[in-house]
Amino acid sequence: MAEALTFHYDVDGENFTSAGQASVQVKKNLRQLGFDPETIRRVSIAMYEGEINMVIHAGGGTADVTVDDGCIEIILTDTGPGIANIEQAMQEGFSTAPDNIRTLGFGAGMGLPNMKRYTDYMHIDSVVGEGTTITMKVNY
Amino acid sequence: MKVSELASIEGFGTIALPDGEREISGVYIGDLLSWVMGRAKADDAWITIMSNINIVAVASLADVACIILAEGVQLDAAVTETARSKGVNILSCSMPAYEAAKTFFEKL
Repeated sequence: MAEALTFHYDVDGENFTSAGQASVQVKKNLRQLGFDPETIRRVSIAMYEGEINMVIHAGGGTADVTVDDGCIEIILTDTGPGIANIEQAMQEGFSTAPDNIRTLGFGAGMGLPNMKRYTDYMHIDSVVGEGTTITMKVNY
Repeated sequence: MKVSELASIEGFGTIALPDGEREISGVYIGDLLSWVMGRAKADDAWITIMSNINIVAVASLADVACIILAEGVQLDAAVTETARSKGVNILSCSMPAYEAAKTFFEKL
């Protein structure tokens, strides 16, 4: 790939039912670029979990995806409340999602663990009261 | 087994079938969406009782072969329409999840 391809998305924090639009678009783009189904699945799920987190906790945010030689990078940025204890947040089953989110089938405390599970690299940069930036990389 | 073949088995029905030729390679049962995304495999038939719009995105991104709505759970017309437009197969099923999976296995 001569030049890295970049995609930018705004994630709407108001509309829970449309959450996932950016991930679905990324999936489409990767499919058009001819990526194998498992790579597409890993990127899509990691990004969708991140999107859902931004909608539940941060009132939305932005997603930037870069497709480069051998690596797809996803950067999710929000100006939400931040994560006080990242180690705790990374534990399967730990959740701070409200009850109305749980009735939709989310809030099981699996979002961040899934993002780690499906990516080759994940880094959380978060400041309480300022926001969170999550960088993920999937090698292909 | 193809999704369209499963849909024709007694106890199952079609809600949205935009890609009926798709092959099913296994089954995953679950209602917590992140568990499904973490554990279901591509080409699984996903059995659930969840019926909100997010199941369409989850099925699409997790790349499952179809959703099976167990226990006779009904779907809003808007969700059905979204599934059709996104290429997500959804079957209805009058049986509980265990019976649905058992029936699928017996007909393989």
